[in-house]
Amino acid sequence: MNAHLQPTGSAYFLTQETQQTERHTLSVLVDNEPGILARVVGLFSARGYNIESLTVSETEHDKRLSRITVVVVATPKVLVQIKTQLERLVPVHKVHDLTAEGAYLERELALIKVKGSGEHRAETLRLADAFRAHIVDATVESFVFEVTGKPEKVDSFIALMAPLGLVEVVRTGLAAIGRGPEGM
Amino acid sequence: MAEKMTGAEMVIQALTDQGVEHIFGYPGGAALPIYDAMFQQDFVKHILVRHEQGATHMAEGYARSTGKPGVVLVTSGPGATNAVTGLTDALMDSIPLVCITAQVPTTLIGTDGFQECDTVGITRSCTKHNYLVKNVADLPRVLHEAFHIATTGRPGPVVIDIPKDVQFAVGDYYKPETETLRHQSYRPKMDGDLAAIEAAVDLMLKAERPIFYTGGGVINAGPEASENLRELAELTGFPVTSTLMGLGAYPASEPQWMGMLGMHGTYEANMAMHDCDVMINIGARFDDRITGRIDAFSPNSRKIHVDIDPSSINKIIRVDVPIVGDCNRVLEEMIRIWRSRTNQPRTEAIAPWWKQIEKWRAVGSLNFKNSDTIIKPQWAIQRLYEATKAQSKDVYITTEVGQHQMWAAQHFHFDKPNHWMTSGGLGTMGYGLPAAVGVQVAHPDALVIDIAGEASVQMTMQELSTAVQYRLPIKVFILNNERMGMVRQWQDLLHGSRYAHSYSESLPDFVKLAEAYGAKGIKCDTPADLDAAIAEMIDYDGPVLFDVLVEKDENCLPMIPSGKPHNEIILPDTADIGDIIDEKGRALV
Ligand SMILES: Cc1ncc(C[n+]2csc(CCOP(=O)(O)OP(=O)(O)O)c2C)c(N)n1
Ligand SMILES: [Mg+2]
Repeated sequence: MNAHLQPTGSAYFLTQETQQTERHTLSVLVDNEPGILARVVGLFSARGYNIESLTVSETEHDKRLSRITVVVVATPKVLVQIKTQLERLVPVHKVHDLTAEGAYLERELALIKVKGSGEHRAETLRLADAFRAHIVDATVESFVFEVTGKPEKVDSFIALMAPLGLVEVVRTGLAAIGRGPEGM
Repeated sequence: MAEKMTGAEMVIQALTDQGVEHIFGYPGGAALPIYDAMFQQDFVKHILVRHEQGATHMAEGYARSTGKPGVVLVTSGPGATNAVTGLTDALMDSIPLVCITAQVPTTLIGTDGFQECDTVGITRSCTKHNYLVKNVADLPRVLHEAFHIATTGRPGPVVIDIPKDVQFAVGDYYKPETETLRHQSYRPKMDGDLAAIEAAVDLMLKAERPIFYTGGGVINAGPEASENLRELAELTGFPVTSTLMGLGAYPASEPQWMGMLGMHGTYEANMAMHDCDVMINIGARFDDRITGRIDAFSPNSRKIHVDIDPSSINKIIRVDVPIVGDCNRVLEEMIRIWRSRTNQPRTEAIAPWWKQIEKWRAVGSLNFKNSDTIIKPQWAIQRLYEATKAQSKDVYITTEVGQHQMWAAQHFHFDKPNHWMTSGGLGTMGYGLPAAVGVQVAHPDALVIDIAGEASVQMTMQELSTAVQYRLPIKVFILNNERMGMVRQWQDLLHGSRYAHSYSESLPDFVKLAEAYGAKGIKCDTPADLDAAIAEMIDYDGPVLFDVLVEKDENCLPMIPSGKPHNEIILPDTADIGDIIDEKGRALV
């Protein structure tokens, strides 16, 4: 028990930081009420935590509950602080660190606009097929694809589209859920 | 039973149902319906302040001296923004406040209307929780939930922003049960984990160099928590120190009392924290004023931490035995388990430790060189303390922020909780005078003294007018060194004695100022006259501004400079404090 020799939970390290940062996906169950997103985001900025991605949507309409999925990069000790600080917010019911708690699924949706003609257009369609991207809009000189999957898959698809006339991209950010029968 | 009334009437009804007898406020256009509803009843008494910041500090003083929530009522826009300092102060020091802010009508929100500001946006980060109530149907629930949230768990300020049209709207008033409140997510954990408490007691039973490090959490857990702390200290025989916020929870008159710890704490308390083998933190949060340099903080101890706020655990200092729970309940359990294991204090086992502590005590870290020509500030506080002990009234002390605050903590002694009100976490100059007003409202027959600095007291001086209006006989004991003494001390320590703006070129004549307000002014600059002048102040039946002209360049010692370990404390006999800190230390606050 040499607890005092271990790093603490502040994002602004008070002593030399020895721990590596990790990327974790947190699932936060909150009351869906005005200002809740500002509370969560404000907490992150006020305490110096880094957000990689954040999505929020109502998930249980009759109970007015929303699920926030937030991806953070922090040391293990700061991760514990992030969790307890989030739980301190009055409208927060539960915070689950999906990365720490076992197997879970991550999915993201992206809409990708690509402009081109001739051979480029054919190549674009071939790749879209390989990535199971759906065409959701088409003109004679453009496509909009809808692609879903792990963020890395979306990343690769976008990278492949870049030389083929990529115009713009929108991404939803991450939705994540634990595997198996148990709920949050 | 639901009853039809307007939103404004609901506010007053909810305050009545919550047993709120006093609120501190200031009217304005958007708040007028609530003021009108208040006018038509006489259970809730309103104290008219002179500045909304004053209202918040009064509510803090009221809350801290009674254990009840303090209630504030202000108007929209500037009324709300003026309250921000006090809300932040209450958040940092875990003081239960309910602050009702009026807002422009819902139809005007977002239009940059006259006296509109984004109150919930501005106060989100300085409240425990806040609400904008857009529908009168939500108002009864929100009002009662606000009191519930402010006073339970780790207490704190809650803001309820009520647009003017909602104040006029008619709806059903009811008093909700806690179980039906909207935020079922809010469930503070009160009972500590039994296995953890047992592990803590086991550590305590084996301790050879133990120390109780107690904080404001003991005071917030109610007077029983202080009783239980005393009992546990007696059962164990361990020494007790406390943070600035925790003074009074353990009696200063007990031999086991070590004095305050931290930046201006006693040598014995800080050395014992550094050298202990078991540290029992009860309701304190390892603030940077306490820990000094983190990696040199109490390097060889096992640490037990009792806190009602899970996020306080392992935030600054990693501990070995964390216990999340209410200080009082955990103390009760500790006593029970200790009793079940032994019927003896560890007197013999810790005798060498006490011997060491006595050696540190003998250093006399609070000593100062007295003078018979100039009043030394420490001596003035000692004389004040003796004078207050010699009279029969209950004594409450508030302070401003600076050297005088630390000297008050060092030289005024508290035997009871809830009798010491100071701004710890935020360090708000201007806190003490209004806080004294709030305390005096709650305890009309008590002797309430603000130990002040001449700079701080000018920040909220206008509340003297409030004291005069309500015949609140507060005493403002100004240790006037004609300097922002604490700033001057840091400039000596860190900046080659270049006194950039740390003194006032023109100070008011405090005696005339007091008289202008309708209070009494007293001035004293000679040690020989001090006792008589203090007696005059105490005996006067009304508010007093007492201008005590003290030594101008006295340093507040001992001191652990920022970023230094506890055993590198500067003691009172240090001649030149300017040579101690290196380049790196200068960057620290
Ligand atoms: C509102 C606010 N502004 C600035 C400070 C920084 N500060 C801390 S102590 C101090 C000087 C206080 O002077 P005085 O009230 O005369 O007390 P003294 O230290 O001389 O006893 C200042 C400016 C503060 N704590 N609060
Ligand atoms: Mg001064």
